[in-house]
Amino acid sequence: MNGLQILILLMVAGFGLAVVLTRDPLHLAVVASFYGILLGVMFFLFQAPDVALSQITIGALALPLMVLLALAKIRRTERSR
Amino acid sequence: MTWLPYAVAIWLFLVGIYGVITSRHFVHLIICLSVVQSSTYVLLLGIGYRVGAAAPVFVDIPPGTPAVDPVVQALMLTDVVVEVTVTALLLALAVLAHERTGKLDPNKLGILRG
Amino acid sequence: MKPAARLTLFGVAAVTFAVIVGSAVADIRPNDWYADFVNRVTVPERQITDAVTAVNFDIRGFDTLGEEFIMFASVLGVALLLRRHRDERDGPPRDRAQGRDIPPPSDAVRILTVALVGPVVLFGIYVVAHGQVTPGGGFQGGVVLATAPLLIYLAGEYQSLCRLAPRWLMESAEALGAGGYAIVGAIGMLRAERFLENWMPLGRAGDVFSGGSVALIDWTVGLEVAGGFILLLLIFLEETLVRRDPA
Repeated sequence: MNGLQILILLMVAGFGLAVVLTRDPLHLAVVASFYGILLGVMFFLFQAPDVALSQITIGALALPLMVLLALAKIRRTERSR
Repeated sequence: MTWLPYAVAIWLFLVGIYGVITSRHFVHLIICLSVVQSSTYVLLLGIGYRVGAAAPVFVDIPPGTPAVDPVVQALMLTDVVVEVTVTALLLALAVLAHERTGKLDPNKLGILRG
Repeated sequence: MKPAARLTLFGVAAVTFAVIVGSAVADIRPNDWYADFVNRVTVPERQITDAVTAVNFDIRGFDTLGEEFIMFASVLGVALLLRRHRDERDGPPRDRAQGRDIPPPSDAVRILTVALVGPVVLFGIYVVAHGQVTPGGGFQGGVVLATAPLLIYLAGEYQSLCRLAPRWLMESAEALGAGGYAIVGAIGMLRAERFLENWMPLGRAGDVFSGGSVALIDWTVGLEVAGGFILLLLIFLEETLVRRDPA
């Protein structure tokens, strides 16, 4: 395994810890988006282009978008209480 | 260093479960579940990888060249797409729970009534 | 359970887990005859050059049918959970808070997103259609196609999004895709005696129309994934912008 693969594995491990340690949901959406992109790069470096294609679109776009929409709905419900 | 993907998979799994246990916000809990899921991706990647092999697409390489495992990649592919839909379902449940009880803390949810 | 007790229990369980899995993985001996067999067999026998798509839709096509229906059921669950309740009502879409003045999206964002919609749709169709030749396929292409209406929403035009991708159209597309996969399999059963057996000419490896019924399955899965994702987006947006609280 060359150095780039080792580096990206260590970055993924570090960023997983960062995702868990972020408590505020709004910050969490952005950190989760970056974690998704990092996973996509990892799939690409490990010779899996198909999986990287879907992971980049989903992990960086669809997942944080749904988190943000759920947060907007929660904030709206809270304000109207 | 071929044991590194397995170590990272175990680490991510434990970190994700730690996040689920000590979570104080539903949305944070759901994202930690997706971290646990990504640990399975790293594990499958570690199982399927062969050192020095190419991607399993034979458009420009002759069909005999050593390539990585395509079966494991097929498993991961459908898994990635389905995970996001199930996360959407969990988020819908969290939104509804907040609407009904007004609380977002899993520890303080109390008794749920139908 | 008190937090301290929970954490000690987790610590014990984590150490045990790491030890057991670590020792199981330490002497793993990859037995890769199946992978080599698949890599050897896809091009000459199935005329598909992308081995991952071949495994997904041809060699293990039945498992993918199950996964696709998991997705269908999840979208159904979200639609059911976030439906309009008896005491709620719908109002005109309102995406600015009371008393707060949110500036409209800047011109650069609007021009860029509208200019990108065409290329994104084209790229999505390309990825779906070339699934059996280059990395791609139904799932990836469907996800890329689903980001096109998202760009329209980001340009600030919720009404245009509702007009271009109305809810009934997305629901029909998703149902058509999910049912189409099962129907392709059933036709295989009628014409060649086994469910999901190939019933179209195989073609030549490297062409767009190679691989037999994998091409058809690619399209149905792409339709279903795109329809499902856009439907999720529409449901969440409607819940946030349109649903009003009980009077």
